[in-house]
Amino acid sequence: MKLNGARILCESLVKEGVEVIFGFPGGSVLPLYDVLPRYPQLRHILVRHEQGAAHAADAYARVTGKVGVCVATSGPGACNLVTGIANAHLDSSPVVAITGQVARPFIGKDAFQEIDITGITVPITKHNYLVLKADEIAMVVKEAFHIAGTGRPGPVLLDIPRDVFIEEATFEYPEKVELHGYKPTLRGHAVQIKKAAKLIAESKRPVILAGRGVIISGAYEELRGLAEKAQIPVITTLLGISSFPEDHELSLGMMGMHGTAYANLAVDGSDLIISIGMRFDDRATGRVSGFAPHAQVIHIDVDPAEIGKNVRVTVPIVGDVKNILRTLNKQLEAQKHLAWIGQVEEWRRAHPLHIDHDADKIQPQYVVSKICEVTRGNAIITTGVGQNQMWAAQHFCYRKPNSFVSSGGLGTMGFELPAAIGAKVGRPDETVWAIAGDGGFQMTIQELGTAVQDNVAVKIAILNNGYLGMVRQWQDLFYERRYVATPLSSPDFVKVAEAYGMPGIRVTDKSKVVSAIKKAMKHKGPFLIDFVVEPEENVYPMVAPGCTLAEILDDPRKKVEFKLKPRATSNL
Amino acid sequence: MTKHTIVALVEDRPGVLNRVASLIRRRSFNIESIAVGHSEQPGLSRMTIVVDGATTAVEQVRKQLDKLIEVIKVTDITEGRIIARELALIKVHATPSTRSEIIQIVDIFRAKIVDVAADSMIIEATGDEEKIDSLYSLLKKFGIKELARTGRIALLRGGTVPE
Ligand SMILES: Cc1ncc(C[n+]2csc(CCOP(=O)(O)OP(=O)(O)O)c2C)c(N)n1
Ligand SMILES: [Mg+2]
Repeated sequence: MKLNGARILCESLVKEGVEVIFGFPGGSVLPLYDVLPRYPQLRHILVRHEQGAAHAADAYARVTGKVGVCVATSGPGACNLVTGIANAHLDSSPVVAITGQVARPFIGKDAFQEIDITGITVPITKHNYLVLKADEIAMVVKEAFHIAGTGRPGPVLLDIPRDVFIEEATFEYPEKVELHGYKPTLRGHAVQIKKAAKLIAESKRPVILAGRGVIISGAYEELRGLAEKAQIPVITTLLGISSFPEDHELSLGMMGMHGTAYANLAVDGSDLIISIGMRFDDRATGRVSGFAPHAQVIHIDVDPAEIGKNVRVTVPIVGDVKNILRTLNKQLEAQKHLAWIGQVEEWRRAHPLHIDHDADKIQPQYVVSKICEVTRGNAIITTGVGQNQMWAAQHFCYRKPNSFVSSGGLGTMGFELPAAIGAKVGRPDETVWAIAGDGGFQMTIQELGTAVQDNVAVKIAILNNGYLGMVRQWQDLFYERRYVATPLSSPDFVKVAEAYGMPGIRVTDKSKVVSAIKKAMKHKGPFLIDFVVEPEENVYPMVAPGCTLAEILDDPRKKVEFKLKPRATSNL
Repeated sequence: MTKHTIVALVEDRPGVLNRVASLIRRRSFNIESIAVGHSEQPGLSRMTIVVDGATTAVEQVRKQLDKLIEVIKVTDITEGRIIARELALIKVHATPSTRSEIIQIVDIFRAKIVDVAADSMIIEATGDEEKIDSLYSLLKKFGIKELARTGRIALLRGGTVPE
C-alpha cells in the first residue's frame, strides 16, 4: 500500500496504540495536520504553547504508563518543546516528540524556520532521529516507541522534513525492532540478589528508599511485600511519592531537602539502605560526603550508569525493579526490627510536620491538607515548582499508586497546568488537581485555553503568596531577607479564568477554604481557585545546601532541638 | 594506571561522533584523544578513546557511552595485553647542514621521511605515545613547523576480542 509520509506516520502511531496527540501546527507539519481528520482515533489536543504540549504528553505518559506524543512545527515550534523534552528526560518519562523540519533541499541552508533540533536535543533525549525518507518512517516510529517506553524510559524526538511528509512510500509496519546497541537488562543478577538478601537479613537498622522506578515498573505490591515481610520503614524521593501508601505504618514520607525530619534522621541513622529505582539526586541526599555515614547500600536500578554515580554501592542490582523484588522477597525470612522502628517512631512523634492553625491568614499547608481531606486522597495531584510543590508533597497523604505528578529533575515552573491537562486526558475518570504557585502559573497560564476548548476538567488551586516564594525563602534564610526580584504582582486570576471561559473563585478567608474546594469538585468542567495565602510562610523542615540529612532546620515556631545544628552555609 | 583505553564499536551513521563528543563534554569527562575509523564489520566503526583516570570516573565513561543507542559495545581494555599505536606526521625545519642529523634520529626511531623540501622535511612515525613524544622532543631543536597526531588506536593481543 503506497501512502504519503504523513499518513505513514499516522498509521504507525495508530499501530502503536496512540490515542492522543498534544500539538501545535505550523508550515512544516501542515501535511501531517492535513491528514489527521482521516484518523479519528488520534485525538489532537491543541495547546497554546508547545512547552505545554511536551508537559502534557509527559504527564499523560506518567499517569497511563503509555508513551505520550507531542507535535510541533520546525524552528520556533521545536525550540518551544525543548524545556518540556528536558523535563521528560530528567524524570525518565516516555515521550515521543515529533517535529517538522524544512524540506530536504533546504536543510543546512539556514532556511526560514530551520533549526537543528536533533543537534539541540542530543543531550536531553534518550535518542533522536532526522528522518530523511518516507520509507524509513514506519521503522523509526517503531524504534522510537520501543526506546522511549522500555528500560529506563525517556523522550525520543523524530524530526521529519516537510517534503518527507509528502513523499510516497510503501507502508508496512515492522513486526519487531532490531537494535544491537540497545538491550536493557531486566532480570537482576541472581548472585547479587542473594547477597542483598543476606545484607537485609543481617541489618539492624534498614531503610528502603523508593524512587520513581518503583512506579515506572509498577512494583507497588512487591515494594509493600518487601517492607512488610522484613519490617523496613519506607522513605520515598520526591518522585517516588505514591509508590507506597503514605497512611501505611511503615511509611515515613519523603526524604531530602524538604523531607520529613523523621525520614531524614532515619536515613542518616540507618545501617542499610535499600534504594529502589532512585538515583541519589543531590536534593534527596543532602551533602553527599556525609550521606548515611553508617550505611551499606543496595542499589536496584534498571540503568547501570546510575550505579555508583553519586554514592558508593555495596550491592548493585541492575534490572527491572518488579522482577528483582519478586525474586528478592522470596529469599527473605520474616523479620522484626522492633528497636529500630521504635526509634523511628520516636523521631516521628518528636518532629511532626507542622501547620500553624492559630494563624489568621490562610496557611498554604492547610489548603493542601484540605484538598486531601475533601478528595479523601482520591485524586491525582500535579504541582508547580517551589514552595507550592513542597507543600503539595508534604501535606497531601498519597494513598493511591501513581497519584503525584511533579517536575523533579528539572524543576520546571509552569509544569502544573499542562501536566494536569495531560493527566486528566490520560485518566479522565480521576479527579485531577493542579497545585500552582502564583509565579509559575503565569508561565503556562495560556493553557487555560486548552482546558476550556477541550473541556478538560482540571481543578486548579493557586497558592497565591505574592512572591516567587521558594526564592524568597532562600533570600530570607541565606541573604538576610534582601527580597530582590521576588515580590510578584499578578493579574486577577479569577478574571483571567473567566476571560478564558472557566469559572473561578478567590478565597481569602480560612473558613471558606473547604467550601471552595467542594464547589470546584461539584463543578463539571475545569475550575480555578485563587487561594490568597500567608505571604511569608517558609517550607520546613529544611536541609540547607551543603548540610547532611541530619543537619535539619525546622520551623522556628516549633522550638525543637536537634542533636546536630545545621552548619553555616557560606557557599550558596 | 591513569590512562585508560576504551574501545567502542559504534554504528557508522551521521551524528554518532557528535553524540559521543556531546556526552564527553556535557559530563566533563577528560579525554586525551579520540580516534575513529571503519572496523572489520561493515556499517560499524571502532572508536578508541583515551581517558585520564586521575580526573575522570572511567567506569562512568564506559557506562554512559554504552547508553547511547548507536553504541554497540564499549570495553575498557586497559587491563588487557594490548597493542596501542599512534601515527604522527611531523614537519620539521631542515637545512642542508641539519638534514643528516635529522635523518639519523629518524633512523633510530624507525620513522620514515615521507617528504623533503628545500627547508623542511615531513617525518612519519608510528608507535606508542611515549615514542612519539620523545621523537618530537629530539626534533624540537631543529624547529617544528607543524605536527599532526592521530591519537591512540588499540587492539587486544592474540586471538581474543573484547567480551
Ligand atoms: C522556569 C523556571 N525559572 C526559574 C526557576 C527558579 N525558581 C524555583 S522556585 C521559584 C519560585 C516559584 O514561585 P511560585 O511559582 O510563586 O511558587 P512558590 O514558591 O511561591 O510556591 C523560582 C523562581 C524555576 N524553577 N523554573
Ligand atoms: Mg508564589
